[in-house]
Amino acid sequence: MLSDITFGQFYPGRSFVHRLDPRTKILGTLIFVSAIFLAENYLAYLSLIGFTAATVASSRLPVRLIVRAFRPLLPILFITLAIHLFMTPGEVLGQMWFLTVTYEGLRLGVLMSLRLILLIVMSSMLTYTTSPIVLTDGIERLLRPFRRFGVPAHEIAMMMTIALRFIPTLLEETDKIIKAQTARGADFTSGHLFRRARNMVPLLVPLFVSAFRRADELATAMEARCYRGGESRTRLRELKFCWEDGFAAAAMLALVAILSILRFAAPGFPGTA
Amino acid sequence: MSIVLEKVSYTYMPGTPYERVALRDVSLTVERGETVGIIGHTGSGKTTLVQHMNGLIRPTSGRVTVDGVDPAGKGELAKAARLKIGMVFQYPEHQLFEETVYEDVAFGPRNMGLPEEEVERRVRRALSFVGLDFQQFSRRSPLRLSGGQMRRVAIAGVIAMEPEFLVLDEPSASLDWRGREEIFREILGLHATTGIGIILVSHNMDDIVRLAKRVVVMHQGSLIADGDIREIFSRQGKQNELLERAGVEPPRVTRLMAALSRAGLEVEKTALTIDEAVEAIVRAVGRRRLA
Repeated sequence: MLSDITFGQFYPGRSFVHRLDPRTKILGTLIFVSAIFLAENYLAYLSLIGFTAATVASSRLPVRLIVRAFRPLLPILFITLAIHLFMTPGEVLGQMWFLTVTYEGLRLGVLMSLRLILLIVMSSMLTYTTSPIVLTDGIERLLRPFRRFGVPAHEIAMMMTIALRFIPTLLEETDKIIKAQTARGADFTSGHLFRRARNMVPLLVPLFVSAFRRADELATAMEARCYRGGESRTRLRELKFCWEDGFAAAAMLALVAILSILRFAAPGFPGTA
Repeated sequence: MSIVLEKVSYTYMPGTPYERVALRDVSLTVERGETVGIIGHTGSGKTTLVQHMNGLIRPTSGRVTVDGVDPAGKGELAKAARLKIGMVFQYPEHQLFEETVYEDVAFGPRNMGLPEEEVERRVRRALSFVGLDFQQFSRRSPLRLSGGQMRRVAIAGVIAMEPEFLVLDEPSASLDWRGREEIFREILGLHATTGIGIILVSHNMDDIVRLAKRVVVMHQGSLIADGDIREIFSRQGKQNELLERAGVEPPRVTRLMAALSRAGLEVEKTALTIDEAVEAIVRAVGRRRLA
């Protein structure tokens, strides 16, 4: 039942993108997401598309994975397109019932949807090619400079790691308790809302009890190994930048430079609104 | 009254990279009142096998029937079939949730829609089977008992539904020696009094010997042996190798008898329990004195 849900979307591999340092990927994704909003004309969008396509190609992920990333967001894409299509005033292209399609609306709708698509693809590239543990390592390292302002970098990363680690365990536990209570005649699927909520009690109480028990056991185990937080702790996997990271950073810089030039130095380019 | 599995196969998460075959073509019939032990390594498919018996999982292929009814089906008949099989999961104490022991044991019977007097009768009876005093325990919180007591309450919760078969998945896991002894004595008592069928899943042969007359051996999702427990351990040669490969060791008593006979004492090697072993050794020593 529940164990059929695979958590996280990490897709193991050894491609160029997989090998990048998580810090490069996190920062790169952030920069790309902001850079999308620099784009105003067709050439800028073209370079964004080119960059995204190159990243996807070098990650060697199956295309169906990328497509799957869209599926939950399709309604949002559709609504974005529709709102822009029908709500933007301008040169009328056609009329349908009470809906008016304008040239400006079409252009804006397509570009907005394109922005969303690029956003989804690039951020899913991050989670597809980086395992959750490596991702939290990267976040911890990136947050470290903020420690002097009181940001508990190590603790945040440790909490994320533990939470991720226990999601499959808790899913398994949930599955087991559902089965056990079903065998005792419990019904989790029928009845109206209030009744269904009350029927969840035999599932939720044991689940909470076991989550607390596990937390307690884990705390004891960590204490028994003299865990003291991040102070002077060494790690099993040291994060290291290598030539791939340099290459990725250069490519990202080039993209930002192109977008900035197109926006600020050559404003009259075709496609600018 | 019987549970019949015909050529049952089960695959976890088919069509994904995590696909795993848990059962391959398992056929098995358990008759009313039988005591069956299911033994095998971790991951041999024991738990998956018994979860088919009350429709918690549907076979990927093959057929499961309880008295001719598919327990995973819809409708009243299927529901009645499911209620004939009482399932005690691994670490059943993790499923306790009510405020009092009484309420928790009553959960199953109430879900069956029984009148309150009948529910109370069943709770009293179930608690006495697992050796918990009604006066002393019924008002206490099940979450504040000792591990062994919590497990008893959970087992009582299944017994109170008065199923015709009791399936126990590793009921003695992480209990101490005394806790094991008590649980098994109680289950045997229940079987003797009510004639309930017992299906015991375990990787420990010593536990199985105590409760079961028949043993089913699982290995990598396949059923590799099924028969009378004494007959299975008297098997020689190829059959025996097969059991060893499945990681099935004879009970400790049987191994002791084999060692004694190798050491020159002429004992019958069929003993499975400590009592039988004592008798056999006494007889053998007696014969030696006479000689």
